[in-house]
Amino acid sequence: MRNKYSVFSLIKNALSYHENWQRAWKDPTPKKEYDAVIVGGGGHGLATAYYLAKKHNMNNIAVVEKGWIGGGNTGRNTTIIRSNYLWDASAGLYDHALKIWEGLSQELNYNVMFSQRGVMNLAHNLQDVRDLKRRTHANRLNGIDAVYLSTEEVKKFCPIINTSPDIRYPVLGGTLQRRAGTARHDAVAWGYARGADAMGVDIIQNCEVKGIKRNGDSVEGIETTKGFIKTKKVGVVAAGHSSVIANMAGLRLPLESKPLQALVSEPVKPIIDTVVMSNAVHAYVSQSDKGELVIGAGTDDYVSYTQKGSHQIVEGTLNAILELYPIFSRMRMLRQWGGIVDICPDASPILSKTSIKGLYFNCGWGTGGFKATPGSGDLFAHTIANDEPHKLNAAFNLNRFVSGDLVDEHGAAAVAH
Amino acid sequence: MFLINCPYCGERDQQEFKAGGEAHIERPKQPTELSDDEWAEYLFMRKNIKGVQFERWNHAHGCRKWFNMVRDTSNDEIKAIYKMGEKPPA
Repeated sequence: MRNKYSVFSLIKNALSYHENWQRAWKDPTPKKEYDAVIVGGGGHGLATAYYLAKKHNMNNIAVVEKGWIGGGNTGRNTTIIRSNYLWDASAGLYDHALKIWEGLSQELNYNVMFSQRGVMNLAHNLQDVRDLKRRTHANRLNGIDAVYLSTEEVKKFCPIINTSPDIRYPVLGGTLQRRAGTARHDAVAWGYARGADAMGVDIIQNCEVKGIKRNGDSVEGIETTKGFIKTKKVGVVAAGHSSVIANMAGLRLPLESKPLQALVSEPVKPIIDTVVMSNAVHAYVSQSDKGELVIGAGTDDYVSYTQKGSHQIVEGTLNAILELYPIFSRMRMLRQWGGIVDICPDASPILSKTSIKGLYFNCGWGTGGFKATPGSGDLFAHTIANDEPHKLNAAFNLNRFVSGDLVDEHGAAAVAH
Repeated sequence: MFLINCPYCGERDQQEFKAGGEAHIERPKQPTELSDDEWAEYLFMRKNIKGVQFERWNHAHGCRKWFNMVRDTSNDEIKAIYKMGEKPPA
């Protein structure tokens, strides 16, 4: 039985110097057979397992992770959550996730530190202004909160922004989604892992998938570094390594895996109480609860699995940050890292069945998957349990690349991908 | 970030170059005969290999010529560079 976290458990454990907290999840050895196996123990994979157990009564399932849970892109992103996407299909998908975020800490009994501090997107030229206004209207038609801000309103909302008309990319306006914000990325993985584990899900770490066994057109199981696991349903949520797993099953995906970088500064006192993103100059900044500025840069243009990225990408982002926020000019950067993001040609994800029965893919989230974690898990669990997509992820099928019915969020979303 | 030995200009910083994606994807000879599946395969599906991959690169801020590269995507090590039209190394 899982102990509930509360102020009373905190006091009780404080009395024993926090040395007797219950393990948040077990460390099981894999069984011979499961009803379903999720490949990838990041936020999306763990959320999928959680909702499979919770909403679809599939408790005899496992999550296999080649490293440790939340050690991939879940622990590497800039934690931004928003749902201000242009197209109806995307708006439905991302706002479904945002609605779950709003009650997630209570649901999981785990503080994911979801903070609705607002996300502001800046416009730097006339086309940006037109695009952002159009997106604001589209968001409102889909029931998503959005307002368009003038330059003065941008300055009022975030006073440290340089709104001088003389800068290289002057701020001509912006949009604001107040329900958007940030969350603690590790806590999302840990919270879902703890919740899934409590319902009987086996979370198997340091277990790399080496092959997918097929019998004709159906899945029979997976070969792993901890032996063969028999299962009829495999849900792959492997982010940057999705193509690697797909190749094992003889599938090709419309993905390219590229390094995306982020960096944080030394911790400072509160200076920016929202998230500001700029598409044109490709700079995002927010401040973590520790006080570090969290800065997101862009992707490199070549395929790489190195989790590094090029120096000039970071340099370009920091140039933009300095022009927009001169106050940061003497800030020192503490850490820089890269994650491998799997990008679809239309910059929208794939949550889909495949031509192989029992093999499902949840991938292609590209540079912006963290925000969708709860919704992605919920809808992917539905897809796996029913062998049919939910209406909210029906448009995100693999077949759209054959039919041509793409969800083109390249440039249509609030950021460039 | 790495150095690339352009077959026309010599060794230059990678930031002078533009990656052009997977190499040796042949343009369909009979586009009107292609099924939707074949179009999807040609336009969108990629090998996206972790390991040795054949790629096209363009010296965008240099001679602006295209060439091919064999690169290990797991460590960014360049194995070979050869001109367009030349046979890929085995």
